[in-house]
Amino acid sequence: MWGSQAGFGSLVKGVPSFVIPSVPDPAAFLRLHTDDHADPSCKIKIQHGTTTLAFRYQGGVIVAVDSRATAGSYVASGTVKKVIEINPYLLGTMAGGAADCQYWETYLGVHCRLHELRNRERISVSAASKYLSNLVYSYKGMGLSMGTMICGWDKTGPALFYVDSDGTRLKGNIFSVGSGSTFAYGVLDQEYRWDLPDEEAQELARRSIYAAGHRDAFSGNTCNLYQVKEDGWQFIGNYDITKLHYDGPGEAPGNGYGYDIRVEGQTSTDLPATAGQA
Amino acid sequence: MSALEYNGGSVIAMVGKDCVAIASDLRLGTQALGISSNFQRVFPMTDRLYVGLPGLGTDVTTLYERFRYRVNMYTIKEEREINPETFAHMVSSTLYQHRFGPYFIEPVVAGLSKSPTGALKPFIAAMDLIGCINFAKDFVVAGTASSKLYGVAEGLWEPDLEPEDLFETISQTLLNAVDRDAFSGWGAVVHVITKDRVISRTLKARMD
Repeated sequence: MWGSQAGFGSLVKGVPSFVIPSVPDPAAFLRLHTDDHADPSCKIKIQHGTTTLAFRYQGGVIVAVDSRATAGSYVASGTVKKVIEINPYLLGTMAGGAADCQYWETYLGVHCRLHELRNRERISVSAASKYLSNLVYSYKGMGLSMGTMICGWDKTGPALFYVDSDGTRLKGNIFSVGSGSTFAYGVLDQEYRWDLPDEEAQELARRSIYAAGHRDAFSGNTCNLYQVKEDGWQFIGNYDITKLHYDGPGEAPGNGYGYDIRVEGQTSTDLPATAGQA
Repeated sequence: MSALEYNGGSVIAMVGKDCVAIASDLRLGTQALGISSNFQRVFPMTDRLYVGLPGLGTDVTTLYERFRYRVNMYTIKEEREINPETFAHMVSSTLYQHRFGPYFIEPVVAGLSKSPTGALKPFIAAMDLIGCINFAKDFVVAGTASSKLYGVAEGLWEPDLEPEDLFETISQTLLNAVDRDAFSGWGAVVHVITKDRVISRTLKARMD
């Protein structure tokens, strides 16, 4: 198969078809060899461990993610793109199976484009997220693993939906998904307001991903930050989490997020660093 | 879930020219959750002998206190400092005494041993959790990042490094290996033991 016959091209036949292992129960076969909760010693390890967050506010939607991919305790990559640019108005986030998120959110992008061509109108975020949730629900129990946030701007304004591979679809203002989500929620819930100015909203997202990257072993390396406004999404920047810890987000040092950096020399237990001293 | 991996952490030791180095990360976690970035797991036993105790956090403390007690008793009774070789066998037999209910620690010993002529010879050794000793001429590794440490050390180590070069080699090896391990990192400490002093430095490491 090649050209329009391969991959997403063969949409005339409906949902693309997959090669299925020739065993009595393909889903159980897959689970036996890949599910590391049931069997941590299984040979095939699928990417797990992530922190992703998105929130709706006065100025649109902010999306921030980390960039670490782990297989067991091995840090397989520190430069993963966990924000999937579905089209200029829609973003999806990646948590769980990297391939599942990448494939199905790209597939979603194809259908969003077809919707535009058929209806001479952009698809709503609600409809797009529902398309995805219905799709993954049809594969329920087959081992798909994804926890994603579909973020965008449509006629209703800024919109945010949580969709996962169980078939859950939720509308909301604040979501965080992944192994580091509890840490991110901690910062997010404390500082979030609807009327946050753009600058402060970006800072909050960065600070939340930093918190997760710092505390959670399976999250870290860098933070990718996006913002969705009326005219579509915009990439804000990529921030090294260790640099955020020691120096903070700007060019000027001395604004580090790290607890021990902020309180250095101020408590009896944190005496000034002796780094580089013999 | 293995008790050896529950708290995370790694140790490495390397031989240089008339010197040895031992280094460790500073993380203590409970599985994925990082708890402390200042958990020492490398301890001085004498002026020229250090021991690293990667493994289960509670056993790090217990074993350190045990070895401290036994080295003190040895020093008093024998009226001399313990040799690294002797200490390694003491660690080994302590671990084997718990053969059927082991301490979850894989110790690393590094020091300068005094030969009968009075010359100082580099000594390093590593053990498994029930005391099988691995004497090495180049480097030894242990902990959750051990496989990664082997890889980097295999590429960076060379014979007869001077103290400052050995410091650079062991530091880069440790820092780069723990950055590929989810359960190690959060700061690092290096000790280079030379015949007249010990150089101890805390390294600025990645904090994620």
